[in-house]
Amino acid sequence: MVKLNSAHITFQELETVVELLSHISGFDLSGYSKSSLKRRVQRLMDLEKLNLHELKDAIINLEGFQTYFMDQVTVNVTEIFRDPNYYAAVRDLVFPYLETFPQLKFWSAGCSTGEEVYSLTILLTEAGLYNRSFIYGTDINLSVIETAKKAIYPIRKMKQYSENYLISGGKNSLSDYYTAMYESAIIHSDLRRNIFFSQHNLVTDSVFNEFNFISCRNVLIYFDLELQNRVIKLLYESLCEFGFLCLGAKETLFNREMMANFKLINQTYNIYQKIK
Amino acid sequence: MVKAKKIILIGGSAGAYELMIEIFNALPKMFKAAIVVILHRNERFSTQIEETLSQQLGREIHQAADKEEISGGNIYFAPPGYHLLIEPNYVFSLDVSERVQFSRPSIDVLFETAAEVYRNKCTAFLLSGANKDGSDGLQFVHALGGNAIVQLPENARMSFMPKHAIHSNEKFEIYSNTQIIMFFKSLK
Repeated sequence: MVKLNSAHITFQELETVVELLSHISGFDLSGYSKSSLKRRVQRLMDLEKLNLHELKDAIINLEGFQTYFMDQVTVNVTEIFRDPNYYAAVRDLVFPYLETFPQLKFWSAGCSTGEEVYSLTILLTEAGLYNRSFIYGTDINLSVIETAKKAIYPIRKMKQYSENYLISGGKNSLSDYYTAMYESAIIHSDLRRNIFFSQHNLVTDSVFNEFNFISCRNVLIYFDLELQNRVIKLLYESLCEFGFLCLGAKETLFNREMMANFKLINQTYNIYQKIK
Repeated sequence: MVKAKKIILIGGSAGAYELMIEIFNALPKMFKAAIVVILHRNERFSTQIEETLSQQLGREIHQAADKEEISGGNIYFAPPGYHLLIEPNYVFSLDVSERVQFSRPSIDVLFETAAEVYRNKCTAFLLSGANKDGSDGLQFVHALGGNAIVQLPENARMSFMPKHAIHSNEKFEIYSNTQIIMFFKSLK
């Protein structure tokens, strides 16, 4: 029974935490996948040695804890050129279309610590499109946004990222785009100029701009079906006509009403184009 | 499709694939439970296990999809690179959170979340492997009233994983390969 200690909570107890949080903060977790959320909350309780009562007490009374709680319960796992073939598909299937526009706006929704945004930047640079592009990176989580802005990543991860980059069909070496110093790699400043990172909550915030390209990858899986459909509507409304929507490899528009408004561009990587 | 009232979980890593095939071959045409499988595999190579197996076995093997209902009589595999979880409303969900015991999908994550939802309607088998994944998950299955079963280490190609589980809790049941096959053969 070692693992079933005080950090183990029931779904009913989880509900009480979700309700409390939504009452006293702007964070509404009611549409999140329950099992995943429960594991994250238990992990946090385990880490901080809190029982349920103490957890709620901290949410109410401890300054900064609500933000910390959100940081901990949302998943922020990402990589530079994660799913390399996805990037190859974007370059080969989407860029030829985007090339015809004088100005391009991109939105990485749920960008976490920014790796996806910088991957996109490199891809755009190599396609000669970066000068006319602007990329917004948003996440619900403030601390990952701060990391994204800094553009500094652990050097030990760069070997894997370089492999990803090459598999994606990169023309150069990934090290052409960062400077290594001690244990860190910092992304070159010329790659960071047309980027804006800010906090945005897909659950409670609304449309803030119109985009030619939106990627929202491995975000929907954390939501229940109803919330997924609401967020897809928000993404749809944020796309200009013939704009592109890229979802995670296991996130599809099939079997949803919204599919009628899109054309499938690539099934493996769930790339869609808005057609009406 | 009928919602599964019972769930049977199979977790395996190195050396488990052959026994899994024997298990699927032993299954009757129809059975009521849903069978959910985690097999550690390299996510960088998109091995199409589901397709290959479906052809070999002459029955459909599904890759579990996010928010898909869990139907009786089906065999589901976790997609590589994602944790597979069971939601309280009896659907699957996926997540790409940190690896557990160096694994994603992790056997622990599936076992723990399935045990929580299916309680005493949950049976879990832990097979051959060379890491510690699965032991913690089996604790949940056992503690929440389900059947926690470990492959007899002497029958496993890689005995580390079943051994580790047996050492973590002596109350887990231990099945030989013959017993495991018999269990699946006599499913209704």
